[in-house]
Amino acid sequence: MGALRKSLFNRLDGITILLYVTLVTIGLFTIFSVEHRSTDPTIFIMSKTYMKQVIFFGIALFIGLIIILTESKFFSSFAFLFYTMGLFILFITIFAGVDVKGSRSWLGIGSFRFQPGEVCKIFTALALAKFLSLPETNFKTLKHRLVGVAIVLIPAAMIILQKETGLALVYFCFFLVMYREGLPNSVLIVGFSTIALVLATLLVDRKVLFIVLTAVALIIGFLLRNNLRRNVIGIILLVGIWGTSMLFSQVAVPFIFKHVLEKHQIDRIFSTIGMDVPDAYNKAAKGDEDEDNGGKKVNSSDYNVKQSKIAIGSGGFWGKGFLNGTSTKNEFVPEQNTDFIFCAIGEQFGFLGSLVLVGLYVTLMMRIIFIAERQRSSFTRIYAYCVASILFFHFAVNISMTIGLAPVIGITLPFLSYGGSSLLSFSILIFILIRLDADRQVLIR
Amino acid sequence: MSNTANSRQYVISFIFIGIAAVILLRLFFLQLFEDKYKVMANDIAIYRKVVYPPRGIIYDRKNRVMLYNQVVYDLMVTPNNVPKVFDTVQFCNALGIDKDTYGKLLNRIRVRNGGMRQGPYMEELTPEQTARFQENAYIFPGYELVERNIRAYPSASAGIILGYIGEVSPEMLKTSRYASYQQGDYLGMNGLERSYEEVLRGQRGVHFLERDNFNRPREPFKGGALDTQEVAGKSLQLYTDAELQAYAEKLMQNKIGSVVAIDPKTGGILAMVSSPSYDPNLLRGRERAKNFSNLYKNATHPLFNRAMQATYQPGSTIKPMTGLVALSVGAIVPSFGLACFGHYNLCGRPIACEHHDAGHAANFRLALAHSCNSYFCHIFRLTCDNPKAGGVKKGLQMWHDYFSSFGYGHATGVDLPFEGKGLLPDSSYYNNRYHNVWNSCTIVFVGMGQGELALTPLQMANGMCIIANKGYYYTPHFVRSIGNNEKDTLLKSYLKKHIVTSVSDTTFSVIQQAMQDVVESGTAIGAKIDGITICAKTGTAENKAIVGGVAIKMANHSMFVAFAPRENPKIAIAVAIENAGFGATWAAPIASLLIEKYLRDSVSVKRKAMEDKMINAHLINKYVYSIDSVQRMHFQEAYKAKMEKKMLEASSKHYTDSVMLNRWLRNQLDNK
Repeated sequence: MGALRKSLFNRLDGITILLYVTLVTIGLFTIFSVEHRSTDPTIFIMSKTYMKQVIFFGIALFIGLIIILTESKFFSSFAFLFYTMGLFILFITIFAGVDVKGSRSWLGIGSFRFQPGEVCKIFTALALAKFLSLPETNFKTLKHRLVGVAIVLIPAAMIILQKETGLALVYFCFFLVMYREGLPNSVLIVGFSTIALVLATLLVDRKVLFIVLTAVALIIGFLLRNNLRRNVIGIILLVGIWGTSMLFSQVAVPFIFKHVLEKHQIDRIFSTIGMDVPDAYNKAAKGDEDEDNGGKKVNSSDYNVKQSKIAIGSGGFWGKGFLNGTSTKNEFVPEQNTDFIFCAIGEQFGFLGSLVLVGLYVTLMMRIIFIAERQRSSFTRIYAYCVASILFFHFAVNISMTIGLAPVIGITLPFLSYGGSSLLSFSILIFILIRLDADRQVLIR
Repeated sequence: MSNTANSRQYVISFIFIGIAAVILLRLFFLQLFEDKYKVMANDIAIYRKVVYPPRGIIYDRKNRVMLYNQVVYDLMVTPNNVPKVFDTVQFCNALGIDKDTYGKLLNRIRVRNGGMRQGPYMEELTPEQTARFQENAYIFPGYELVERNIRAYPSASAGIILGYIGEVSPEMLKTSRYASYQQGDYLGMNGLERSYEEVLRGQRGVHFLERDNFNRPREPFKGGALDTQEVAGKSLQLYTDAELQAYAEKLMQNKIGSVVAIDPKTGGILAMVSSPSYDPNLLRGRERAKNFSNLYKNATHPLFNRAMQATYQPGSTIKPMTGLVALSVGAIVPSFGLACFGHYNLCGRPIACEHHDAGHAANFRLALAHSCNSYFCHIFRLTCDNPKAGGVKKGLQMWHDYFSSFGYGHATGVDLPFEGKGLLPDSSYYNNRYHNVWNSCTIVFVGMGQGELALTPLQMANGMCIIANKGYYYTPHFVRSIGNNEKDTLLKSYLKKHIVTSVSDTTFSVIQQAMQDVVESGTAIGAKIDGITICAKTGTAENKAIVGGVAIKMANHSMFVAFAPRENPKIAIAVAIENAGFGATWAAPIASLLIEKYLRDSVSVKRKAMEDKMINAHLINKYVYSIDSVQRMHFQEAYKAKMEKKMLEASSKHYTDSVMLNRWLRNQLDNK
């Protein structure tokens, strides 16, 4: 219990703070590199977004300090209250939201705008942690599992009503937390397998996929041959899964693409992952040819991903160097300050820079899991997993969408993307975790 | 903490690391193995801007500018930067256009370039428009004046010398000679602009700029490390005297013909006129195409450089040369005389001579001063038949070699493109023509400058240089120095002294004396200038025009060649005026005025009347226009006939083909 006697600031987790500051600083320099022109008279131009981001960073640090100085019990005690407030604001936003690019997920007060969906992640994380850590909660019962799922899905549903599906998808990352706290393995396996199968069907050639899936099934069968010998259900399960995925990838998807979906729907699906429509599906939808010319340019997500891939791909191993990113600096990649900020890293610092950045994120997530597992109180542990999962989802989906591995859903890269809502909500997430972790020897209720 | 919970910690860690690994794998392939993205990134983001240096300036012998670069302003517009609230009235007033035109022009740019890119709203603004716009430029956002250079000729003269520039054509781009040009480049199309294109154009600079998603150029790529700097074109200094040139053009106005004046000591051309001349300023800028086709269609052919492309029978002006050869080969001595009574009868059909009095050809001096046809026909025959040569064929060949060394019969090599070479007949020419059956009587007219011999005025003037220099000449040329370097490689061939086939100094002295007599007591007395010894020879050349395939005898060409002063000659000149009559009437005074102008800088008061007469004389015959239209019709018909013949051939070939096909098919059927 020696740690308790240390002062509060000595109990803060230095590694996490260092990683946080490093990432935000990288973000600042990246936004700077995108915005800066060699013709600018000075670098301190307040109208430029990088200067705004510096201010947001200052605000984030200030709020962080306040959080550090707050009693850790405060967060668990007021968790449900915050959550209810959050839901209320989300509810208001559905009707009072400002229209930004077709979604109504922003609330505007004067010139100040913020996205309640971003902030509500924190409240949901706190509420989920609070609920799961209640002594009376038994997560093995169906009732309590349903309550947990509801805590996560209610805000997601409201955000979907605000037509900001990408942000709503973030809430599904809480299933990882619930898995950690006792949801059955099958949830995870089925979930991941489905996502993997859908993506693989779109990205990988059908014949190759057939061979790979069959090979995987055979290898599993071979490895579990001793178990399966006595286990008919196991065999049926294995063959069933193999059969289902075959049916899905080899029959259902081609059938749907060829006979059910309209041409523009097919275009939309492929363009969100930045691919040209394969010939096999293109021929099927050849009915209306005149749309072909006009349709391609109008589709903005297709353009985004292509330009983004060009920017990242042109970086090579070493990158073009700081301030030399021709694609990003000259605004070929849309939204390169926010959702597509990774392009600027990929272009200017190449594979090496990307490797370092991915490494930093993985280190941070691993550190958070490490922090989670050293807690006495399960509230902090669950909250830590929430933070790790949110970070993971944002990181993985954001980078994947810039390189054409995932559909373009507008979610930001944590700490790097420009934007007050995003930077502040991630900072608050992290600082609450750091504050809670400082009291890791105390049982928080 | 249960055991399951603990193991799930690793499952989650595994998922995090696994997904990160997938992302890194994808990045690995994307960034290291897919080169197309690098190419695409450069394609979309780098803008290659070609910067054109100013072309070289051309100065005359006294450093007066003859051709320079004028700055003109183009008004550029970026449609989207033009605000909704815009003072259209003020703008239209500044440019002097109405509101409809304003909208039309703006729309044209919007359609062509889109709203974000800058395009030319109006090209080559007049100075008034420029001034009015600049006064109020700050209230016209979105508009910008951009500088551009165009070629400008300060005086409206010397068009055929200086030439003009034009846009390189797609056909030219296909040839290797123009490999370094790109579409849209301008290059010298004619005159010195063409001959010295290499040095005048300088070196293009290429600047690499980054451009943004709207194709607007931004900052230099890699800080300009790959850029090449433009190098301005070198300037040329000419031997030409701009004042003399303008004066010569003025004297030659309303006449068809040409003047060539050369400095015999250097071969530098002092003036070259082809009349009618044109204002070179017509062939630049916006109106070039229209003006060019007008000039091209003009019946008097102003674009045709008569001074070096037209060939004339030199008439009597060749007599000094005939004499030179005859004396040189020893066919005659200076005291040789001929009794001429107005006819030369030794070759059957009598050849007329202007003079009837006995003794006008008593010796060489008198014969040349009076331009006795009989005398020169005879000495030409003596030259060809001279016993040293052995036979007329060898004799003519000897004469040919002399004339060839005078620069006749081949291009002199002047630094203008498309020079004519004239015609200098030799033995094989007559062998072909007369099937080997000819003698000195057959070709006797050549001795008096008629017959097959044809020279360009430039060659005639060059001939005068040889006599003036007593036996040598430099290839006539315009350019004295390139970028102040007189020994530039392009000028090397003009520094070489050409020495003619051995003619002794005394022979030249005889010729010079006789030519001096021409002015002082002979046919060209009107050309005499007090205090300047001029050596000259008049000429009145008979000629025929071929109209519609029929040769028609036309009025005589008025010719004159001269050099002055006799000692230490400074100017050699040839004047040819088509269909104007006697050489002494028109060509001689004009040459004389030019000599005086050049040597004394001004024309004496007592010769003003002559000057006015020359300037005001209108010597273009009406039939020039009718001949031209008849010729055009003839060409048109010839072209039509040619096309018809082609079509006939093609169709008959088809006919043969189809007959053969039918036959073959029938054979196939028969075999079955």
